[in-house]
Amino acid sequence: MEVVMNQQRKKIHPHKFTLWVAIASILMMFAGLTSAFIVKSNLTGWRNIKMPTVFWYSTAAILLSSLTIQVAIRSFKQREMKQYRSMIAWTLVLGVAFIVLQYFGFKNLWEQNIRFSGSAGAGQFLYVIFGLHALHVIGGAIALLVMFLKAYVGKVKLYSSVPVEVMATYWHFVDILWIYLLVFFIVIG
Amino acid sequence: MSEATHIHPGSVGHEVAHDDHHHGHHEQSFITKYIFSQDHKTIGKQFLITGIIWAIVGGLFSVLFRLQLGFPGQSFPILETFFGHWAKGGTIQPEFYYALVTMHGTVLVFFVLTAGLSGTFANLLIPLQVGARDMASPFMNMLSYWFFFMASIVMISSLFIQTGPASGGWTVYPPLSALGQASDGSKLGMDLWIVAMALFVVSSLLGGLNYIATILNMRTKGMSMTRLPLTIWALFFTAVLGVLSFPVLLSGLILLLFDRNLGTSFYLSDIVVAGEVLPNEGGSAILFQHLFWFLGHPEVYIILLPAMGMVSEILSVNSRKPIFGYMAMLGSLFAIAILAFLVWAHHMFVTGLNPFLGSVFVLLTLLIAVPSAIKVFNWLTTLWRGNIRLFPSTLFAIGFVSLFISGGLTGIFLGNSTIDIHLHDTMFVVAHFHIVMGVASMFGMFAGVYHWFPKMFGRYLNATLGYVHFWVTMIGSYLIFWPMHYEGLAGMPRRYLDKSIWKSFNQFGDLDKMITVVSIIVFAVQLMFVFNFFYSIFKGRKVTSTNPWGANTLEWTTPINPGHGNWEGEIPEVHRWAYDYGKDGREFIPQTEPVGANESKH
Repeated sequence: MEVVMNQQRKKIHPHKFTLWVAIASILMMFAGLTSAFIVKSNLTGWRNIKMPTVFWYSTAAILLSSLTIQVAIRSFKQREMKQYRSMIAWTLVLGVAFIVLQYFGFKNLWEQNIRFSGSAGAGQFLYVIFGLHALHVIGGAIALLVMFLKAYVGKVKLYSSVPVEVMATYWHFVDILWIYLLVFFIVIG
Repeated sequence: MSEATHIHPGSVGHEVAHDDHHHGHHEQSFITKYIFSQDHKTIGKQFLITGIIWAIVGGLFSVLFRLQLGFPGQSFPILETFFGHWAKGGTIQPEFYYALVTMHGTVLVFFVLTAGLSGTFANLLIPLQVGARDMASPFMNMLSYWFFFMASIVMISSLFIQTGPASGGWTVYPPLSALGQASDGSKLGMDLWIVAMALFVVSSLLGGLNYIATILNMRTKGMSMTRLPLTIWALFFTAVLGVLSFPVLLSGLILLLFDRNLGTSFYLSDIVVAGEVLPNEGGSAILFQHLFWFLGHPEVYIILLPAMGMVSEILSVNSRKPIFGYMAMLGSLFAIAILAFLVWAHHMFVTGLNPFLGSVFVLLTLLIAVPSAIKVFNWLTTLWRGNIRLFPSTLFAIGFVSLFISGGLTGIFLGNSTIDIHLHDTMFVVAHFHIVMGVASMFGMFAGVYHWFPKMFGRYLNATLGYVHFWVTMIGSYLIFWPMHYEGLAGMPRRYLDKSIWKSFNQFGDLDKMITVVSIIVFAVQLMFVFNFFYSIFKGRKVTSTNPWGANTLEWTTPINPGHGNWEGEIPEVHRWAYDYGKDGREFIPQTEPVGANESKH
């Protein structure tokens, strides 16, 4: 009996667990796309691309935002709400910066005459894969915005750190996913 | 010890659950109770009723194209009245025929046998059988239904546009599906198909995440994983398959959408269509098939596993015997779930796949026969010398086993790449997958509906109509699909509009007529079931005891018409597995009953 009890007390929160399963699911989508990339890169008419340098800046932005959200969790747990709010705000700003920088990266590629139409190449995949990744970041940014507004407007004091932790886990995930995609394009593309 | 019993199991899950419990006591408006409901039982019913509507649509489509196949070129003026230029002069036009075949497949595979089957029973049974007040996230669960509803609206709307719905088969292979100029069914209808499927994928992911989280995190005290009923295990593996394979389909469809609308060349290469040379180069149509079948094969198990789980439960309850080989059942479900991901290329043996690679897929495919045979053996040994109660649910469950054997055996033919060279794209394939996946899963679904209808609506379905429903459907299914094996072995292709110019197939003319007539009869009997279903919701015989079937699982410990939150008072504690039937001289021992001191081991 004691053993059963202890096992149940150690159980992960259902929302956190749901997020981990969702992450597995999202990973499968990107696994599908990147394996399609590998298959296609061996066929005729494949064109490689030169990675725009602006993607390095966006990498820096998203890496930094992972740091700020981690600080946000710590300050939430220590009930330093002022620091928590500013760290959430910084994460949001960096997230938006990431998306803007991605836009400039796409624009740069477009100016290199890498278009949708015509023969296949790494560029078309890049638009799709980085675009889908950006959509996931935008989704996260919207959730961050809600969290930010709640921290300012909400009158109810929140003590459960679960929503913050779920948010942070997702945010780290899109960060790591970005690193994977970038490395993938540099090594294979 | 006394302190331990005061601690609630899964403190977090309980807290969530308590919130819902209090909601149950509030006055609910019609909208929050029946439409935007967050109660898993209501959501399950929504999935079921939407699934029934889709089944009528999809079934009707098959009757229509069977008319063409049984009576090629013959005029049925009533068709022109209903379908206008699609049935000019009362004969089904080629474009319409393709659209019917495509939509029949899409609707039945995804909207009926995925959403209607696992959507219904996962929602209804998971919280009830694991002992939870609701899903891990009732809100996401509600979203899951409404995404399905939106997918349904988009798919329905594609039936009413000028160029018609998607056509070219439910597998929507490019280049046909990628080029609007290739056929009417590849125009707007195809875009709507993709959008509807994307919404559907979102729906099934939201649902699947919830099912997994609920099963793993929200079980009641004492409900260890090996005490779970097999229905829950089957629904669990179904959800895992869906969560890992649907995103891959989504990525394939996104690339298809780009090819269709933005001129990319993911799937297109060196194509001349209608005299026009397309600039696309370097695309691979086979790539789409890989992405599609990486979902497509697990999808057949997404359809089949819930039926297997429910059949296991129903056979055990109604033969008043423990399920034979619980752990073997569990292990075989696990093996099937793993193998499901490793066999997708057996749908592609004739696409120019490397024969060596093909032989690997042959081996893995034939391996599925092992867990399948274990399951069949266990179902039969569960029935063996049981005290069988032949309710309609039992009959449908036995019918499932029969169909699973018949259809499974032909899978061994098709799984061999050499035999597949002769049999691929013939009526043999149609016969195989309809029996083993389509009709068998429908039987599992019917068994489930007859068995759990009292839990859903507090009334019984009419049993006499149920027996008629079973026998006509059972005999009809074999009459429809068995002869197709012979047609396929003789080389008769599937999907063809009219085969009458092949003299060698004329011998099957009367057989095709018979199949068509039987399918009309079987369709009519399904409408009778639908009547029984809706009539019984309002006028059926009322359930008077909480446990009408004398079953052990937790859903029968709730009130006859449970409110949101399922149990009044505490969630019951579980002390044993779900299959203590006919033990120590007792007919059944519910899971909630503590193990006695002198009780024998099972």
